[in-house]
Amino acid sequence: MAEATSGAGAPRKSIFDTLELDTRLLGMVGAFVVLCLVFNVVTDGRFLTPRNIFNLTIQTVSVAIMATGMVFVIVTRHIDLSVGSLLATCSAVMAMVQTVVLPQGLGVELGNPVIAPVAIVAGLIVGTAIGAFNGWLVGYLSIPAFIVTLGGLLVWRNVAWYLTNGQTIGPLDETFQLFGGTNGTLGETWSWIIGAIAAAAAVWAIWAGRRNKQSHEFPVKPLWAEALLSALIAGAILGFVAVLNAYQVPEARLQRIFEARGEVMPAGYTEGFGLPISVLLLILVAVVMTIVARKTRLGRYIFATGGNPDAAELSGVNTRLLTVKIFALMGFLCALSAVVAASRLTFHSNDIGTLDELRVIAAAVIGGTALAGGIGTIHGAILGALIMQSLQSGMAMVGVDAPFQNIVVGIVLVAAVLIDIIYRKRAGVR
Amino acid sequence: MTTPIDRTGTPLVEMRDISIAFGGVKAVDRVSIDLYPGEVVGLLGHNGAGKSTLIKCLSGAYKQDSGDILINGEKVTINNPRDARAYNIETIYQTLALADNLDAASNLFLGRELVTPLGFVDEARMEAETRKIMGRLNPNFRKFAAPVKALSGGQRQSVAIARAVYFNARILIMDEPTAALGPQETRMVAELIQELKRQGLGIFLIEHDIHAVMNLCDRASVMKNGQLVGTVDVKDVTDDDILGMIILGKKPAKAA
Ligand SMILES: Nc1ncnc2c1ncn2[C@@H]1O[C@H](COP(=O)(O)OP(=O)(O)OP(=O)(O)O)[C@@H](O)[C@H]1O
Ligand SMILES: [Mg+2]
Repeated sequence: MAEATSGAGAPRKSIFDTLELDTRLLGMVGAFVVLCLVFNVVTDGRFLTPRNIFNLTIQTVSVAIMATGMVFVIVTRHIDLSVGSLLATCSAVMAMVQTVVLPQGLGVELGNPVIAPVAIVAGLIVGTAIGAFNGWLVGYLSIPAFIVTLGGLLVWRNVAWYLTNGQTIGPLDETFQLFGGTNGTLGETWSWIIGAIAAAAAVWAIWAGRRNKQSHEFPVKPLWAEALLSALIAGAILGFVAVLNAYQVPEARLQRIFEARGEVMPAGYTEGFGLPISVLLLILVAVVMTIVARKTRLGRYIFATGGNPDAAELSGVNTRLLTVKIFALMGFLCALSAVVAASRLTFHSNDIGTLDELRVIAAAVIGGTALAGGIGTIHGAILGALIMQSLQSGMAMVGVDAPFQNIVVGIVLVAAVLIDIIYRKRAGVR
Repeated sequence: MTTPIDRTGTPLVEMRDISIAFGGVKAVDRVSIDLYPGEVVGLLGHNGAGKSTLIKCLSGAYKQDSGDILINGEKVTINNPRDARAYNIETIYQTLALADNLDAASNLFLGRELVTPLGFVDEARMEAETRKIMGRLNPNFRKFAAPVKALSGGQRQSVAIARAVYFNARILIMDEPTAALGPQETRMVAELIQELKRQGLGIFLIEHDIHAVMNLCDRASVMKNGQLVGTVDVKDVTDDDILGMIILGKKPAKAA
């Protein structure tokens, strides 16, 4: 975890060593770039358009949010097979709260601004509670997580069915739908502002880390390396914003917006979508989860328990309670993903989240989370989700048959783990 | 060699009539031992005699089926390792109990991380403290950034010892601390034990090497098949007497 430099004066080898970049992460980024370029060539440039990149990111959000939680679950040597079903139950709860409980039960008229927050909070509470219950079964009753969540897969899928009588519930509340991608974007100006803040924060974090190391007289990277890294990260963030801003809102849609406001659209008026709120949500989740993993005691205990559960217990870590916390967090993230998934569809459907457990686990594993425990990163899991989604979308664009798409994704999953094993052997301990 | 221990006051630790069974097997059977400040008590016996199991009741890894633990004369309940730490009991386990995937500093502070005013883990300060204490205990130690999986047995041992020493233990349990060490490191541990003893700690030392026991310990308790054979003052006995206790399970006639 700690990527502090080793003893001073150690001979430096390559530029990657100097930058102290994780070579495994670099490999994944490389594979992702190659993948995108290949699809772009095969689709005659349709893959890397702002429009497709925009769609890719919003399609990735739901699985990526859950994958960050799955990292903690797998790092502590557990598994959660119930996330897709849990997502469905949370989605059903939120759909019923906003279309039945509040309007019919409590007489809140449709469209009232309290509906979305109340529905979301209800979903988050339900998700967290179910997750905590799973964690209690695993941690305190010592039932293997595989069994608990395999049961949960069946139970929660069908609880969702009962909650809605198996019906599709919609359309969902307008405010709620802001989390659904094209239904809620920040527009160009705000996207630039957020991008600038994010870039500044990232650069600040790098330099604060450097100062902290210096204050304890630990060796630090050369100044140019630090500057290059800062520039790369800031450039990536701002470039991403530029791409999302370049995706133009269709003219018909702009016209409708102006009409709704009772105005006439000026000729030649254009507007970019900008950053989707759901993607912003994912970024927030990623930042918070990364901080939890690296900078909090909870994160320490998660990785220590994954590395050696007995040692963690003997060192005074309450590993049972820790299990409850991890699964509760997973449940909370499932509920958050349910908000994104349902609002992207604009309704709750019975099969929402089906097979998501497999996508989420695959994303975490492709992202370098070791099923043996103790190893995994948040950014890796998100990149894993992005790679999987790109594969799937790219193949769909190329016109690969649906069954064959799944065959490829399956093969990639196994191959990714094989490459990981070989890499770790080569790199020695890590 | 060692100043005589004052055993007139209340003992630092008293374990009375401790019994614990694993599915019918009595691993520890009505064993009583005690420990005074500044004293080193050796625990000896065959493999499987119940030494580790006995001290695990004190360190909170196991809960005894019956029997009492007294610290400074007061009866205490130790349900888990956190309770034990609250009584300043530190343990170096036979299995070392380190998280292989974390570095030395993370292991040293595991469960007691240093945090910044905002509540975040203060990695840099923990590494600085680790460098400080390792500089004292094992000046050759360099691998601060590597996960402890990459360390040698002796290096891992020094991390485990540093953890116990850093947090100002009053009662130290060492379960075969030199089992994985070369002669030089073994001497280092012996010196450390004497240093800690001078500081007034009480130490339970589980050790198979009778010679080391004779050199380092004030008293020796011998166990066989879960039962206590007896406790002797090492000044009153010879190596062969203790060997006899271990093998025959009988106290030597003159010390009885
Ligand atoms: N968790 C456990 N479950 C079942 N039996 C156990 C357990 N721990 C110890 N035992 C048994 O209790 C007995 C005492 O074991 P213990 O580890 O205390 O021996 P020891 O004296 O420390 O031996 P060694 O010198 O080999 O370390 C052994 O018969 C062992 O098999
Ligand atoms: Mg033992």
